[in-house]
Amino acid sequence: MVWYDLGLADTAVVPTQALRHSGIVRVTHWLTTICFFALLVTGVEILISHPRFYWGEVGNVNTPALFEIPIPASRGSVKTGYSYVLPDQNGWSRSLHFQAAWLIFFTALLYGISSLLNGHFRRNVLPSAADLSAGALSREIGKHLRLKVQNGAGSYNVLQRLAYVGVVFGLFPLMIWTGLAMSPGFTSAFPITVTVFGGQQSARTIHFFATLCLVVFVLVHIAMVYFAGFKSQMRGMILGRGAARQEQL
Amino acid sequence: MSTSSRRTLIRTGIAAAAGASGLAVAAKLADEYGLVPPDNGGIYGPGQTLTYAAHRLLSRNSLAREFSRSQISNPPYANGKPPKLEDFKRHQAEDFVNWRLEVGGLVARPTSFSVAELKTYPMRSQITHLACEEGWSYIAEWTGVPLSHILERVGMLPQAKFVVYQSIQNDQWNSLDMDEAMHTQTLVTVGMNGGEIPVGHGGPLRMRVPRQLGYKSTKYINRLIVTDDLKTYRDGQGAGSVKAGYAWYSGI
Repeated sequence: MVWYDLGLADTAVVPTQALRHSGIVRVTHWLTTICFFALLVTGVEILISHPRFYWGEVGNVNTPALFEIPIPASRGSVKTGYSYVLPDQNGWSRSLHFQAAWLIFFTALLYGISSLLNGHFRRNVLPSAADLSAGALSREIGKHLRLKVQNGAGSYNVLQRLAYVGVVFGLFPLMIWTGLAMSPGFTSAFPITVTVFGGQQSARTIHFFATLCLVVFVLVHIAMVYFAGFKSQMRGMILGRGAARQEQL
Repeated sequence: MSTSSRRTLIRTGIAAAAGASGLAVAAKLADEYGLVPPDNGGIYGPGQTLTYAAHRLLSRNSLAREFSRSQISNPPYANGKPPKLEDFKRHQAEDFVNWRLEVGGLVARPTSFSVAELKTYPMRSQITHLACEEGWSYIAEWTGVPLSHILERVGMLPQAKFVVYQSIQNDQWNSLDMDEAMHTQTLVTVGMNGGEIPVGHGGPLRMRVPRQLGYKSTKYINRLIVTDDLKTYRDGQGAGSVKAGYAWYSGI
């Protein structure tokens, strides 16, 4: 049934109207995309030099792991069960990781300040009280389960808003915070950044789980773009206007 | 060319010139306040510079966290193997009695210290966290002479800007700016966890820089060079690890 519905939507005569995105939203969206992938790839690269996680202040091959990722490592010091050691790429990975972190930080600053000032958060991101009522929520969840996620109304739906709120105000600050909590220089000035998590290794472990949450978000985000009409959604985020408006031009 | 496009062009030109001169002024100011690391060039230069500048503005004099004795990791993790150099094995067989720390460069009195001599100077013990860039860490107690004390003793000259430290292993060397070199927790360590420094942990002498990642805490050091220009030492990059992509400043 679901796939039948989807097929109908794709061949519909009326093109789906994508959201009109402001210039700042579009620029910061793609900068964030580039930085996210740079951070993810280099983060994985850093992770494979020691694919063990711990809780508390310290952790090393002499201490029990909270859990281990069953992958080969890029350093010989970790017993992974694999007979080979992957090439070590930590040098440039670390440099690119922090450079991308700076860029995504400035991007987030630009997005955050402009969205506060121009009302983007209030109008488009924060869900309204009416949206959050049980009835409205279950209706939206039902639509999503049937993969009817077109942005006909030209505005984010409530599940989308909740996801964006979680990423923008939850996961993103948590990534920055846990990242800083691993920095010996930063924590010398602001020890509470790390003590609040119970230690540097706890911060590293939370950094890892927050990454997993972001990866899940990105996968769902891409799937939703596909179900809502890939071309029109991409046009919306690149050119800032939907198909309907495109035709008027 | 229409008037409006000419106007746009002039405006863009003025904005670009203002932006460029603004950047130039910012760069000059940053350099003056010691906010530019030696590895500021190359594609990762902007990131390295932002990190170093931010840390120097936020944490120039802050103290690394210190821990209680009960938090000391037992056993700590010794990364890597002791040097296979004949020279090192000879020193080890002699119990390091002939190991010297030579201090030279921009100092009034170039001096060579034995480990026993260093142990007669005012010492400091601190229980700090050592985190490796790989991700693991341990807590240990380190005992040593503050680098600042050694530098005062040899009469460091006022134009000094960096202190280079060299291991007996030729490719292991690093350097500190004056903030880090004169910092109270930066030690030339002679002891660990109440005893000698085990060879696996860098004995007989290890630099300990607890506000930076482990790779800044070079093992087996035997030479300090005070300089005003890192470009004149070795490959001019300030540390042996920079050419492998590792940031010179590893406070992150």
